[in-house]
Amino acid sequence: MENSILIKTVDLTKVYPMGGQSITALDSVSLTFRKGEFAGLVGPSGSGKTTLLNILGSLDAPTKGSAEVLGEKVETLSHKKAAALRNRHIGFIFQTFNLLPVYTAYENVEFPLLLLGLPPAARKKAVMDALDWVHLADRAKSRPNQLSGGQCQRVAIARAVVKKPSLILADEPTANLDAENSHHILHTMEDINRELRSTFIFATHDEKVIGHLRRKIVLVDGKVAKDEVIKAA
Amino acid sequence: MISFLFKGILRDRTRSLFPFLIVLAGVFLTVAMYGYVKGMETNVIRFSANLRSGHVKVMTKAYAKEAEQLPNDLALTGVAALLADLQKAYPGFAWMPRIQFGGLLDIPDDQGETKAQAPVAGLAADLLTPSSQEPRLLDLQKVLVRGHLPLKAGEILISDELAQKLKVKLGEKATLISSTMHGSMAMKNFTVAGTIRFGIRAMDRTGIIADLADIQDALDMRDAAGEVLGFFGDAIYHKDEADKMTLAYNARNSESSDEFQPVMQTLAEQPGMNFMIGWLKYAYSLIILIFLVPMSLVLWNAGLIGSLRRHGEYGLRLAIGEDKGHVYRSMMAESLLIGILGSIAGTALGLALSYYLQVKGIDISSMMKNITMMMPTVLHSQITPVSFFIGFIPGLLASVSGTAIAGLRIYKRQTSQLFKELET
Repeated sequence: MENSILIKTVDLTKVYPMGGQSITALDSVSLTFRKGEFAGLVGPSGSGKTTLLNILGSLDAPTKGSAEVLGEKVETLSHKKAAALRNRHIGFIFQTFNLLPVYTAYENVEFPLLLLGLPPAARKKAVMDALDWVHLADRAKSRPNQLSGGQCQRVAIARAVVKKPSLILADEPTANLDAENSHHILHTMEDINRELRSTFIFATHDEKVIGHLRRKIVLVDGKVAKDEVIKAA
Repeated sequence: MISFLFKGILRDRTRSLFPFLIVLAGVFLTVAMYGYVKGMETNVIRFSANLRSGHVKVMTKAYAKEAEQLPNDLALTGVAALLADLQKAYPGFAWMPRIQFGGLLDIPDDQGETKAQAPVAGLAADLLTPSSQEPRLLDLQKVLVRGHLPLKAGEILISDELAQKLKVKLGEKATLISSTMHGSMAMKNFTVAGTIRFGIRAMDRTGIIADLADIQDALDMRDAAGEVLGFFGDAIYHKDEADKMTLAYNARNSESSDEFQPVMQTLAEQPGMNFMIGWLKYAYSLIILIFLVPMSLVLWNAGLIGSLRRHGEYGLRLAIGEDKGHVYRSMMAESLLIGILGSIAGTALGLALSYYLQVKGIDISSMMKNITMMMPTVLHSQITPVSFFIGFIPGLLASVSGTAIAGLRIYKRQTSQLFKELET
């Protein structure tokens, strides 16, 4: 594993106003992620996993503290720059797949590349490569409603990795899948992690996912309760 | 990217076909309604013009002052020359000399003694010249209840109600007793050719219609007529043109103090007509506005709902890295495309229906049997230049502005809620 630092948070705090009160979702979280990590944020509901993922994905800004992602300080990014960061360097995988239903698997995977303005030939190669990684090249023309849940999530993974991002954020990616599909998906992600050297960060409380993690960060009430390396890369 | 979005529009009926159909229906109704209302306005004006006032009317100065008295002693003389002048000066116009007259209609018995008698209000127009447009202008074929239109000199039409009151049968004699234009007594025998019902109380109680030459003969008005009515070639009243024409015509004789100089009046200048035209325009504008506002709200709401429904998709696109401005612009472009296509199709359909109704009309005579209002019995739509773009107000402006407002929520969106929104 390379040792270059991809993400660094220092005293990261996020407070949400809730009625007359405020709720602290993250409380002084300081973490570092290096290139090629396969890490997970683990903890019960309300522990701050998704909030941290949102900030690392530049979808939200911290209330206090700092989050540096790929050299960009999230708290100072404009909407436009945040979009550019996500577009070029970050891939998302969602619990409910979130594929565009009227487009084929090929077109769903192609969409991030259209935003990057890649020429058609380069797009085609990248899309087919990505579908190959998830073993769905033969279903390129299928629409989401013609695919199983596991296949849909694999298309979503292909969409996240097609631009070969440095960082892939996955929020409960196996929550809607059965055990067999979950293992397939996780193996696929491990393969991609090895092949592309992309950093994977999961938000999960699924034991199946936790079993595949190489680093586990336990969050409790918005604080890092434990940060441990489970197995070497 | 454009073709990618276009594919999405084509494949997703809820993004393309349904919004398109909603815009099409709204625009179609707006255009058809506008054409129908405009047609009603024009029909009522046309009906008044055909029956009484023309689009312009030429009379002597003195006749014009007393027009409500129908003073035939002040009628135009030298009408043939006047008609020739008018036709030469205004070649696109149709000119119709008419005489309105009053008198008594006497029905004799077998012995020639008076069987029944009633006051009548008559209208004389050229009914016998084969090329005459008068039977069409007066819509005589449609108002005929019994008998036939006058086919030869000496035949008249009388109102059906009057015929029943006088107990006169078709083919029987009727004597008109009136006064000549020189003030002496006039009597002429006619044959009742048919009975008519205009659906206008005043005309149906005492109306008779005779051929112009017969009345000129009876009232000693050879080559004379109370008024000469002028009609635009397209049978539509063009107020501004009529105003200009009348001003120019009257300016020629403005210096003369001769009371028998011909003067021209527009339809709007004639008693009651200005008010009626103003009222019609006001009323019809109000109807159109009342229709246009809710239709705009419906289409605005459709644009709004259509965009709100797709928040999940927009959220995903933002998460993948699409710029908010790009998402917003693509929404607007989509809405604009649907709005333009729907408006064009809706306008085409609305114009097609309006054209059909312009040519064929809707016959409402069965609904108007007992109505005394001066209304035409066949209502036609009318296509005007406004018909071609009025549908774009709700079709394009309303639906696009609905999308624009809905799209602003993209900017107000809390990005921290993005995943949650995506997963609902």
